[in-house]
Amino acid sequence: MYLARVIGTVVATQKVPGLQGIRLLLVQPVGEDGQERGKPVTAADLTLAGPGDLVHVTTSREAALVMPDPFVPVDAAIVSIVDEVYVDPTGAPAVNR
Amino acid sequence: MIYARVVGNVVSTIKHAGLQAKAVFVVQPLTPEGQDDGDSFLAVDHAQSGPGDHVLILREGNGIRQILKDPKSPIRCLIVAVVDVVAPAA
Repeated sequence: MYLARVIGTVVATQKVPGLQGIRLLLVQPVGEDGQERGKPVTAADLTLAGPGDLVHVTTSREAALVMPDPFVPVDAAIVSIVDEVYVDPTGAPAVNR
Repeated sequence: MIYARVVGNVVSTIKHAGLQAKAVFVVQPLTPEGQDDGDSFLAVDHAQSGPGDHVLILREGNGIRQILKDPKSPIRCLIVAVVDVVAPAA
């Protein structure tokens, strides 16, 4: 599960039946500091995220479980649109510890 | 499981049902000595951990679905313990 930024849309008419009706977005994995990490990935989307949105992506079997039909050939899926990422710069121990 | 430090948290309004009422944290994998080790990623909390805590993260979906008793949970990384001490074998 990682953060990613939506950078595009993927349209495919010729595809296996399992992928019919699934919205495919191109996402670029990023760190919590926004720095790009690795290569873009195509992820299935149910959250209707738009271009430029920061999203939370899950992968492998769990990605298929995001979809209404759990038996679809999907290995990356968006599970949420991220509003904020708070990073504790000092790495200080949690207050309640 | 892997040993990591909770770096921060992620706030989302629009999310999958499986993430409702769950805290999502940014976690940084660590070496046993506590040094940063590789890229940070996201994990859902299940051990009442908070930023700065050292934790153990389970990264296997089937086990997570059993722990959460949610057969359709999309969670793949779950914080299952807050670590107090990592002691070398002398």
